[in-house]
Amino acid sequence: MAKPAELDAHESVAGNGLLHRRLFLSQGAALLGAGGALLTAAPAPAAPPEVPASMKTPGAALSGYGERSPHEAKVQRAAQGQPGAPGTGSSRTPLESLEGVITPSSLHFERSHNGVPDIDPAQHRVLIHGLVERPLIFDLDALSRYPLVSRIQFLECSGNSAALNGADPPQQTAGGLHGLVSCSDWTGVPLAILLDEAGVKPEGKWLLAEGADAAGMSRSVPLAKAYDDAILALYQNGERLRPSNGYPVRLFLPGYEGNMNVKWLRRIKVTAEPTMTKDETSKYSDLQPDGKALLFTFPMEVKSVITSPSGQQQMRGAGLYQISGLAWSGFGKIRRVEVSADGGKTWGQAALDAPVLDKALVRFRMAWRWDGSPSVLQSRAVDEHGTVQPTRAALLAKRGPAFRYHYNAIQSWSVAAAGGVSNVYA
Amino acid sequence: MCMRSALLVALLCGLSGVAAAQPAKKHPAGPNLGVPATAEQVAGWDVSIGPDGAGLPAGSGTAAQGAAVYAAKCVACHGEKGAGRPNDQLVGGQGTIATPNAVRTVGSYWPYATTLFDYIRRAMPLVAPQSLSNDEVYALTAYLLSLNGVIDERAVMSATTLPKVAMPNRDNFVWAYKKP
Repeated sequence: MAKPAELDAHESVAGNGLLHRRLFLSQGAALLGAGGALLTAAPAPAAPPEVPASMKTPGAALSGYGERSPHEAKVQRAAQGQPGAPGTGSSRTPLESLEGVITPSSLHFERSHNGVPDIDPAQHRVLIHGLVERPLIFDLDALSRYPLVSRIQFLECSGNSAALNGADPPQQTAGGLHGLVSCSDWTGVPLAILLDEAGVKPEGKWLLAEGADAAGMSRSVPLAKAYDDAILALYQNGERLRPSNGYPVRLFLPGYEGNMNVKWLRRIKVTAEPTMTKDETSKYSDLQPDGKALLFTFPMEVKSVITSPSGQQQMRGAGLYQISGLAWSGFGKIRRVEVSADGGKTWGQAALDAPVLDKALVRFRMAWRWDGSPSVLQSRAVDEHGTVQPTRAALLAKRGPAFRYHYNAIQSWSVAAAGGVSNVYA
Repeated sequence: MCMRSALLVALLCGLSGVAAAQPAKKHPAGPNLGVPATAEQVAGWDVSIGPDGAGLPAGSGTAAQGAAVYAAKCVACHGEKGAGRPNDQLVGGQGTIATPNAVRTVGSYWPYATTLFDYIRRAMPLVAPQSLSNDEVYALTAYLLSLNGVIDERAVMSATTLPKVAMPNRDNFVWAYKKP
């Protein structure tokens, strides 16, 4: 219809071929077509038969629980356990193989401190005690009768992307580097309701949350957060939690570092002060270059990563591509994401898929006409408070080389003339 | 839908007669299905130890006693005298914390000695958590603190003495979260 808009949509917005985000609106989207699809090297296939075999015979039977296509079996989490302790460690979401913002529950990242417990929900209880008027025990049947709320929100391990503070850029996929972040539709009981039922005493300022796993995972949480938006999550993407994500009930603290979202939750103790558990003092504290260590760095900072094209992928020659990626902030909503195709010299504003939700992954997209020359792709997120994702150099200058947690620097992907994509520090 | 939930809240508040006196809340009322927990039940579940020592049980142990337990149950993962490998190094590292090659151990980094008791009792050894007696946990705590030079090798660790142990790196911990 509106021909001029189509032309405008191809206008350059930044160096090295970045095109206006209008390209993805209305008829512009159709222009992407084949060029926007990724990426794996595939020579032109022989034409398929006009009547494929699937049209000549009845298909497979119905099933009680769905499975993905066997052709997708290669899409897997990358698991890394500790020596002699296969349940202690993490597995990473293959971000580069996924689209949209919801992480399939079967591919949600895992982080466990001594394996995934096998819990019978009929035997599981949650105790609320400590500085309360009435210590109370809840079983799963009881919890399921409370008012539920659902929110689409990300969860990120505070150790995500930590390999990137090493001297040499690790050659990994986007998921291998940044896959300790996932996003789900979490449904659960507002913790405030249960705390009110127990009657928190005025001197109660914190709570200790403890899991029923073999690590007895435990973290202190400010009561203010518990009352603000904490839930006892029972459902993930519509079905009951997966065992590795806390079945049958986990604490969910929107925006806060992953390990505080205690899985297999069995106990909440209201306290006046933090309990100073091993995982909030000796582990998930942030050592600074001057030797000071920060306790209780709870929210995960503003961050983004381009997932396509990304590390270990292969471009199929010059032409029009869609750059696609994820952005998020533990402090709220993403305001905008900018993309650079020239290593950060110039930036263009990416399109954000609606809706842009609070403390959720946001999908951004940008059209790129690659001319086949070596290029460096970057994305830079800005959250609703105006906080800008830092460069790697700026982050390391501030945090020093020994830090482990809360890495949120800009990711740079190098695209070689031959089309190979790799991780670089730029 | 908003009207309906508002109505429900008003109804429940009116019925209960207590919630109405409190400031407006953004969460709805619940069905009050929690079952009162007895003191015995709470005592059985409550294994966490506060930094002031609250919750520490009866019992005691020394470094010498801890060395024997360590040799039997810990050395395979944490190395001779806490030197580490394949799992965490527990001893040493003093003086490295403000350097690019910080070695974070019980002695060089951990801010509270009570945390050691809490964690060993709830989570160690990795293959058999909660299998140690309280005396064994006190003894292991004493052993590791002694190896790190934090306490005298003859010191007895107990509910009385452990909370008084001053960890050398404690003052280097700073709250990033504003104290409530």
